[in-house]
Amino acid sequence: MSTATHKLLKGATGEWEMVIGMEIHAQVTSKSKLFSGASTAFGGEPNSQVSLVDVAMPGMLPVINEECVRQAVRTGLGLNAQINLRSVFDRKNYFYPDLPQGYQISQYQSPIVGEGEVIVDLDGGKTATIGIERLHLEQDPGKMLHDRSPSLSYIDFNRSGVALMEIVSKPDIRDAEQAKAYVTKLRSIMRYLGTCDGDMEKGSLRADVNVSVRRPGAPLGTRCEIKNMNSITFIGQAIEYEARRQIEILEDGGQIEQETRRFDPNKGETRSMRSKEEAHDYRYFPDPDLLPLEFSQAFVDELKAKLPELPDQKKTRFVADLGLSAYDASVLVAERESAVFYETVLDKLGNRARDGKMAANWVINELFGRLNKEGRDITGSPVSAEQLSCIIDLIGEGTISGKIAKDLFEIVWQEGGDPRALVESRGMKQVTDLSAIEKVVDDIIAANPDKAAQVKDKPQSLGWFVGQVMKASGGKANPQSVNDLLKSKLGV
Amino acid sequence: MMSVDAATVRRIAHLARIAVSEGEVPHLQGELNAMLAFVEQLSEVNVEGVEPMTSVTPMQMKKRQDVVDDGEIADDIVANAPATEGHFFLVPKVVE
Repeated sequence: MSTATHKLLKGATGEWEMVIGMEIHAQVTSKSKLFSGASTAFGGEPNSQVSLVDVAMPGMLPVINEECVRQAVRTGLGLNAQINLRSVFDRKNYFYPDLPQGYQISQYQSPIVGEGEVIVDLDGGKTATIGIERLHLEQDPGKMLHDRSPSLSYIDFNRSGVALMEIVSKPDIRDAEQAKAYVTKLRSIMRYLGTCDGDMEKGSLRADVNVSVRRPGAPLGTRCEIKNMNSITFIGQAIEYEARRQIEILEDGGQIEQETRRFDPNKGETRSMRSKEEAHDYRYFPDPDLLPLEFSQAFVDELKAKLPELPDQKKTRFVADLGLSAYDASVLVAERESAVFYETVLDKLGNRARDGKMAANWVINELFGRLNKEGRDITGSPVSAEQLSCIIDLIGEGTISGKIAKDLFEIVWQEGGDPRALVESRGMKQVTDLSAIEKVVDDIIAANPDKAAQVKDKPQSLGWFVGQVMKASGGKANPQSVNDLLKSKLGV
Repeated sequence: MMSVDAATVRRIAHLARIAVSEGEVPHLQGELNAMLAFVEQLSEVNVEGVEPMTSVTPMQMKKRQDVVDDGEIADDIVANAPATEGHFFLVPKVVE
């Protein structure tokens, strides 16, 4: 594992470095909302999952959902972060139709989670460490639809009051690749923890990206914030565009204005969203409806003891116990479902120590390769973990060759069935009977006397003979036996 | 001594979406400054090292279990809205 060097952008007057920080809004997985008993389920009828609290009817009081508190603490622990035993809810005041209270209940000076860090996985097995500034709990606003009428906006408060975790990074991110890897890693950690489903299409995970540029090592430049990104690909594109835009302005002798921008995926550009005089003034103050949020260290310790194994720990274990490469291990652990699949294959293996690494190769190369080709994900795999495990057992114990195993994999993919029974019924077993192989070997040597004569001088041409014998046996000869026989017959 | 000027009065009114005519500004400015002067008296007290009090008697914040026990009252939710359609609230178009 080595620490990455980041990408610099070349301008007309020299090189520029990007400085990027992110605010991720992650919807907390819970049945009911942060401060009311209305459901958080996605896709309900308009305003059917709304309580009087969520639309701020007079006299309603918020009561905190303890599961949302646990989820925030779990996430903080997953980010190796400081957990604050006392935090405070504040009112963030702004006036907008998606927010009937006139303020969002959030946490300002005293968040539930403080500083932490995340190790992100980059190309070529490299990593970078990104600092976490804080994580706080807040309410999601309602959803506005603007396309149903030329003069009216339609408002649905089903999402209003659903708990969000806002996770703020330090400005430690240095290029688009790191930014994408950071979002990917946070998403993965939260999906392992079960604290956020990470469904970006449904808006469960959204990112605000702060971008500035500077000469390498120079003081920070003025930043612009790109709001509400819900695709990892777009985040990368928006950063590249925005950094280029800022460099152009600076190289022309201009200045960057601090502002909020929106990314247009169709045009691939960012555009200014709010004029300066409309700049928000949130006038935060402690919410008098809510006491400080307090819990004991024992509460935190109990949650910590029950955390599942997280991707980094799993990766380390795969490398240490099974001898996987750091790259293969990180591919397997990136998505929780992939890791679960691989571990199920491992559990079913007859000899895990011998075949664990081969199983990783099969999952990554054969299975993922095939799934990608057909645009499926692991949960829709036609070959189950049990079936794949059985195929690998058959290779490991020498019943079939690796080449025949690929044919068998294809049959199981297309037709299903028990791999062991298929090998039996279709005569795919490897021939280990020496006399049968010997006959084939003798025939091939007899048919190629010139090549046989050369082998002593060119031992690498033995491979050609192995290939011929394997071909003649329909791939069923045991390659090791073939090798041994050829060596003794040809006298190498 | 903290005080607000006329521009601040207009800004606060705008943030709160309260219509304030030019003629009302001097009066409101006086009222706000009087309130600030009243509150300002607190700064005479030395609170060095004193924790802010959040409740009169020491108590823990009440918490809810994570159960769905509310909602499914869309008729009630939109009952007072000036304009609705299919249980949506309708407002003058706002697009940023």
